[in-house]
Amino acid sequence: MNIILLAISAALVNNVILSQFMGICPFLGVSKKVSTAAGMGGAVIFVMTIASAVTSVIYHFVLVPLKLSYLNTIVFILVIAALVQFVEMFLKKTIPSLYEALGVYLPLITTNCAVLGIALKNVQDDLNIGESIINGMFSAVGFAIAIIVMAGIREKIDKNDIPESFKGAPIVLITAGLMAIAFLGLNGLI
Amino acid sequence: MGKIAERLKNGIITENPTFVQMLGMCPTLAVTSSAINGLGMGLTTMVILTMSNFMISLLRKLIPDKVRIPAYIVIIASFVTIVQFLLQAYIPSLNDSLGIFIPLIVVNCIILGRAESYASKNPVIPSIFDGIGMGLGFTVGLTTIGIIREILGSGSIFGFSFVKAVENFAESHASEKVFQILSDQGLFQPASIFVSAPGAFLVLAFIIAFINRRHIKKAKKTGEKAETCRLADCASCANAMCAGKGKEE
Repeated sequence: MNIILLAISAALVNNVILSQFMGICPFLGVSKKVSTAAGMGGAVIFVMTIASAVTSVIYHFVLVPLKLSYLNTIVFILVIAALVQFVEMFLKKTIPSLYEALGVYLPLITTNCAVLGIALKNVQDDLNIGESIINGMFSAVGFAIAIIVMAGIREKIDKNDIPESFKGAPIVLITAGLMAIAFLGLNGLI
Repeated sequence: MGKIAERLKNGIITENPTFVQMLGMCPTLAVTSSAINGLGMGLTTMVILTMSNFMISLLRKLIPDKVRIPAYIVIIASFVTIVQFLLQAYIPSLNDSLGIFIPLIVVNCIILGRAESYASKNPVIPSIFDGIGMGLGFTVGLTTIGIIREILGSGSIFGFSFVKAVENFAESHASEKVFQILSDQGLFQPASIFVSAPGAFLVLAFIIAFINRRHIKKAKKTGEKAETCRLADCASCANAMCAGKGKEE
């Protein structure tokens, strides 16, 4: 039951983008079309799940026994950067079709602060390895939901008549604000 | 001297990271629920940016081209860790209110972007001032958003509640009738949505729209095409990474 609660809270109530503000760059930059947004969402789910697992394992089995847990920021960012490169090479060799779909988004993910943010948050909230993986995966699902919905709205907005000064970034931010209000309503879920 | 002034102006006005380049959006939206938090985040980022620019510029001839991005990340992450310790020790209240966004300065696009596009190619002194200029620009952006959100959302500026101040003044000085109206109607009802998540998006949207409007007006006068705020492509956010990758292959 706890796991389900954690999953719902990670994906909807504490949505990474709309309530925690992590990963805003890709959210604004890669949300022009639903297909690319879905690709980005998929890549984030993939990387964030693996990254949560790996960083959590490293934290509990390497950093804590060696009393080096204060170095977690440095270690995590290096692990994530290396991991993304590794995942990219692995996909290229073994599952070319998945690489085709996600490949271009993978390098962008290293600087996606949601991945590092969730890894750090797992540690901060004292989650064990299993919970960390669930939290990472469903946070990423929340990211995917937000970015795909945003892309859908932006495709429609393109055809509307928007005041000159609101074109581009401002209207996207206002849309995001309205989405955030909608997500506030999900607070009652837990 | 001219070079230094030019760097500072470039960072604060011409290429303001928040309003012109739209970089570092995550902390911009997340910590600006009050002016003091925005100021604290801006200054923290400025310190780290200046130190990392200094160090990277100092080591620019020693760092091999192929591993420069990981090297930069290690340098930046080390400074972030140091600054985090200092904040925990000396300004714990700021540390608590900024929370996870202090370690996340590591992935702030502004810092890696400046390292890649300026500090790695220029001498030490201009790099330091580039860091200070960009950092101040970021601080100005964050504090502006913080002030607006705090006024609208909690009716105060830098923690000073002007709503309460006016009510107290009215209570002691105004006639009974005026006070009655004030307390019935409420002088100004703060809309708490502005200090929560949606307010961040809305305030930033209106600030950028305002800046765009000024650019469009200016452009109409001169007859040129308006250069409205460009929406941060993810490419611009991660360009340092991608540039590094492109070279390797």
